[in-house]
Amino acid sequence: MTIIIPVALVVIVGLLASCMLSFASKVFAVQEDPLFVDLRAELPGANCGGCGFAGCDDYAHALVDNPETSCTKCSVGGPAVAKKLASLMGQEAGDLEKKIAFVMCNGTSDNAAKLYDYEDMTSCKAAKQLFGGSKQCPYGCIGLGDCVEACQFDAIRIIDGVAVVGRDYCVSCGACAKACPQKLIKIIPESAKVQVRCHNEQKGADAKKACSAACIGCGMCAKVCPKGAITVENNLSVIDPAKCIKCGMCVAKCPTGAIQDVLHTAEQKEKIKNALKAKEAKEAEKRKEAALKAKAEKEAAAKAAAEAKNG
Amino acid sequence: MKLIIIIISMVLVNNYPLAQFLGICPFLGVSKDLDSSVGMGIAVTFVMVLATAVTWPIQQLLNSFGIGYLQTVVFILVIAALVQLVEMFMKKSMPALYKSLGIFLPLITTNCAVLGVCITNIDSNYNYLESLVNAFGAGIGFLFAMIIMAGVRSKLVDQSRIPESFRGVPIILITAAILSLSFMGFNGMFS
Repeated sequence: MTIIIPVALVVIVGLLASCMLSFASKVFAVQEDPLFVDLRAELPGANCGGCGFAGCDDYAHALVDNPETSCTKCSVGGPAVAKKLASLMGQEAGDLEKKIAFVMCNGTSDNAAKLYDYEDMTSCKAAKQLFGGSKQCPYGCIGLGDCVEACQFDAIRIIDGVAVVGRDYCVSCGACAKACPQKLIKIIPESAKVQVRCHNEQKGADAKKACSAACIGCGMCAKVCPKGAITVENNLSVIDPAKCIKCGMCVAKCPTGAIQDVLHTAEQKEKIKNALKAKEAKEAEKRKEAALKAKAEKEAAAKAAAEAKNG
Repeated sequence: MKLIIIIISMVLVNNYPLAQFLGICPFLGVSKDLDSSVGMGIAVTFVMVLATAVTWPIQQLLNSFGIGYLQTVVFILVIAALVQLVEMFMKKSMPALYKSLGIFLPLITTNCAVLGVCITNIDSNYNYLESLVNAFGAGIGFLFAMIIMAGVRSKLVDQSRIPESFRGVPIILITAAILSLSFMGFNGMFS
């Protein structure tokens, strides 16, 4: 009897619990939307949050709950996934432009002046607390690789003290941009091949002192740009990718080499530079001629006036 | 008055993770950031009160059969079933709450802190109301410890220079140890 009661009791409790649970699983069953299941199956499952939602599940839920949500948000899957999502959702995928991360700094060890030698833990966040990093430029890349650590796709590397994005590997999830304590990394359209590679908002002289490749906000690029795509804001040139025709004139003109151009080869750049120089020389000559002409005319007029007075 | 003393003693003096070393696993595992640690703390509080509400009458039932020693087995069974049930119920009828607390519920199902509070209630001969208050206090104490730990960890991981061999779990354990030592200061508050 001493053994029967406890055994029976535990068995009864177990039975009750299991009956209750199996009953509850029927009553409280949540019907997952079949659309959600399909959508979720198409998403890559990297859970990187690049779409702006908390993981792939959340994005799929958002698509189900609000059909207006864009199908093209998944940057990891790219156009292929967007197309599949769109066909499941019954909408057309819009123009899906590939985007990539871009580091707005060219402060390599040759270019950027050092503030002090940093020998501490390899973390940009930590180094930033010490006078804003070991480079003189307070805006520049600290180069200790917080972004490298954040990248799940091995697409960003520190090369000679500056983070460089591997354009072919980047999926534009934005993890590096979030990790960068300098807010140096932005996500740009892959087609924007001409970009200002500097983020220094200091006045020209200070910027130049801190880094020989800094954008000094001189505005030469804005003047030379045939399409007026460049404006200078906060001592920094900004290129409007919508207007830019990637002619490479600004790159050739920039006195510090702060504008990056990944479209043209070195040879082509040289050609553009020479063409620009020739054009400028021609214009200078024209201006000179015009000035001489004007001067001669003025003198002639003065002479005529003097003669008329005397005469 | 006794109820107030029970709460204060559970939050400060007999804090579960820091003074009694119960519920260490979620304490170390989920305290990575503040949001999830708060969610976990609230979920634990909720489950503790619920579990106490159910297990206290069950203990009376066991006692009436004279088989109080089956306490542990039956409690585990009941708590596990209960948490599962609550999870299903929540998913169906309170999706918003499920989203914020639901992911923690399976973690708590067989948590020693939950079982611990149920058994402590019986061992201390608390009546039903005192048991519930005790469970609530234990949960709040857990939440309190989680928040402190999450705060310390956010500073620790990002901004300090930790020797290579101490990175990761070791430094977390050391932190927990120092935190626990500091909580010993509350010992003897109610002697």
